[in-house]
Amino acid sequence: MKAWRKAAAALGVLAVLVFLIAAPLGLKPYGIYILSLWAVMTVAALGLNITLGYAGQISLAQGSFVGIGAYTTAILTTNGYPFVAGFGLSVVLCFAIGWLLGYPALRVQHHYLAFVTLAFSTLCFLVFRNEEWLTHGVYGISGVPRPSVLGFSLASSLAYYYFCLVGLVLATLAAWWLIRSPWGRAFVALRENPLRALSLGVDTRLYTLMAFAIGSTLGGIAGTLYAPLVQYIDPSPFALGLSLNLLLMVVVGGSSAFFGPYLGALVAVLLPEWLRFTGGLYLIVYSAVVVLLMVFCPTGLLGLAERLFRSAALPRAAALDDSRAETPK
Amino acid sequence: MTPILEVRGITKSFGGILAVDSISFEVQSGEILGVIGPNGSGKSTLFNCILGQLRPTAGEVRLEGKPITGLRPSHLNRLGVSRTFQLLQVFPELSVRENLILAGQEHQGSMLSRLVGPRDAGLSEAAMRMIEFFRLGHLANEKAGLLSYGQQKLLDAAMAFMAGPHLVLLDEPAGGVNPSMLSALRERLRAINEEQGATFVVIEHNMEFVMSLCQRLVVLAEGRIIAEGPPDMIRRDAKVIEAYLGD
Repeated sequence: MKAWRKAAAALGVLAVLVFLIAAPLGLKPYGIYILSLWAVMTVAALGLNITLGYAGQISLAQGSFVGIGAYTTAILTTNGYPFVAGFGLSVVLCFAIGWLLGYPALRVQHHYLAFVTLAFSTLCFLVFRNEEWLTHGVYGISGVPRPSVLGFSLASSLAYYYFCLVGLVLATLAAWWLIRSPWGRAFVALRENPLRALSLGVDTRLYTLMAFAIGSTLGGIAGTLYAPLVQYIDPSPFALGLSLNLLLMVVVGGSSAFFGPYLGALVAVLLPEWLRFTGGLYLIVYSAVVVLLMVFCPTGLLGLAERLFRSAALPRAAALDDSRAETPK
Repeated sequence: MTPILEVRGITKSFGGILAVDSISFEVQSGEILGVIGPNGSGKSTLFNCILGQLRPTAGEVRLEGKPITGLRPSHLNRLGVSRTFQLLQVFPELSVRENLILAGQEHQGSMLSRLVGPRDAGLSEAAMRMIEFFRLGHLANEKAGLLSYGQQKLLDAAMAFMAGPHLVLLDEPAGGVNPSMLSALRERLRAINEEQGATFVVIEHNMEFVMSLCQRLVVLAEGRIIAEGPPDMIRRDAKVIEAYLGD
């Protein structure tokens, strides 16, 4: 039974992967761009899911780390440094800054923590906009080159999409490993009952800082992929809106469900595109869909799927319970 | 022989109120000591001072002769001091097995080995043994949040023993547990005490439970020790009777 479910899950993942590889083949460049954007945003949402969904530390600054990663990569690659330098520095910077942002979380929680990270988010935006010597301010940085891998150019949108997809797959594997390791268990313990975790020898301070640092690093990696995707960056995409959008992706998908962010990013990136036919109404329809989803399914899309699956399996489960109740006699 | 736990002159005041007033006692290795007293007599505050959750205003705590006053709870736990809580403290979203693995994983290896090492930290078998020992075997893969109150209390106790502690402080283990579950809990605690020589300090309101489990009792009233001795003696002590029944 368990092996059967494992095989089904593996087949499902494989089918999605095949679909993602085949999907752009019939699409125009704009469609490919949207798919690439989905992959990039999913990486950032995966990171936030570790910080918020698993470790239970709310952050309204994930968009800022995407910004830090994007600016770092843009600045380095437009000055002649290779893409890997941008990637490496983004990882180091975001890990370090994310670690530091974790310190307030040792003192304050929940909405207080939300405000601290909100302040950080605003601070980052001001740096992007005002430090013109570094970021060119509102003029932004144009001509961010796309890298080449082993002599193979990623300049075409299709090639760059596959690059983003590989990035997403690697980030997924890393996050999967982390969540299934004893660290993942400690993160959940931190979310559910920090006091009890502490009394069981869990160094909650270290794990809190790690949850922030690792989540932020994935945000930075998303930024590293984002800059060459759009090839021109300015401060506006990295305002608070992006952080809120990433939060939406995690919550709508189903926070602390591993595949939640994939669905959440699908909703946040693709739904506005599909709703374009409604013209000026699309934001209203979009908001209404999100509100309804949150009202009727606060555990997100995956929570909804699980509920449907459970109710379908219920008659059998009830029978199982009966047989169990009878055996001890 | 050095006592496993020495409490010397522990005092804790909140503002002008003395919750715990210069309390001293010792716990010998292998002993089950009960701490009783009416509500508000300072039992929980004393516990929290010993366990590093509160910083005592004055006094010292020693574990096997070494000072441990003011150490962080996680540090203390890794030195072999474990505890259960008055209110339920399990991780509801983790399975029973995962709860127990968590209770043991931080006691071995390094942060790195916990990241790259096996998912169960090599503790699956030890966790299953502990689950069987507390008679929760049929629930091993259920989420802890789905267990009954009494079963969660058993799980809570099992977690406290998972890392093979030298000393376990139990804060009202019998609170809200039905009689049949209670005798199961008492019997399991006795078995651990006899088989592994584990040392307990138990705070409890249930007199029948604490009198039948503990070899020695310390009675607190208004932040001070008013009596100390074996259960039979405490039962007849005039000061204890007065503290419980009022004057």
